[in-house]
Amino acid sequence: MKIKIFYFARLKETLKFSTEDLELPDEALSILKLKALLAQRSDTWHEMLMGKLKVRGAINHELVDDFAEIHDGDEVAFFPPVTGG
Amino acid sequence: MTIRVQIQDFDAGFEISKLRLARPDVGAVVSFVGQVRDLNEGNMVAALTLEHYPGMTEKSLEAIVTQAKSRWNIMDATIIHRVGTLNPLDQIVLVAVSSAHRGEAFNACEFIMDYLKTEAPFWKKETTDEGEQWLDAKETDETARNRWKK
Repeated sequence: MKIKIFYFARLKETLKFSTEDLELPDEALSILKLKALLAQRSDTWHEMLMGKLKVRGAINHELVDDFAEIHDGDEVAFFPPVTGG
Repeated sequence: MTIRVQIQDFDAGFEISKLRLARPDVGAVVSFVGQVRDLNEGNMVAALTLEHYPGMTEKSLEAIVTQAKSRWNIMDATIIHRVGTLNPLDQIVLVAVSSAHRGEAFNACEFIMDYLKTEAPFWKKETTDEGEQWLDAKETDETARNRWKK
């Protein structure tokens, strides 16, 4: 399956990625599983996605928890807790 | 409902008047304007840079207003949030709510602000003498939001 991922704020800056397209095997994929997969890229990725920083996930513009399922064509986003207003 | 995420400044008076214009059924408009402060946690702030998630931000603000509408008898609401680089004294956000009576508008305006601060995807980066840093979410904002869940 093909998905698009966006990164924001501290994640975008540290990972030096704002967006990417990923092709993954067609098997069940949760937000947590995707984070673990991306965390294998390097220590920095691991620290950003699986470390102390609270990372929130969204699928197709909806905030979701770690157990939410990702499907083909989804737009996924990772970002720190929000600080607007 | 008016939802805008923009770089430009806004005229709060004009936005408020639009909620009243030709609406004799409106008895109250409550508004909140957020301004960039020059001091945060002991540091002098030179600038604040706001990032957002285009698409999701607007959708999340719309959902917050829809939720407020289902809780209180409000007539309309306007949210304008600025992004990009702002300086102390700059306006950053406007929330204005109209209703027949003040109580509903006061509550809805505060509800919208509390949810905006904890759910809408905006992130602030501060520039001070010490350099640049991303701001952390505050627990007090979370507490303020959770009051509405009771």
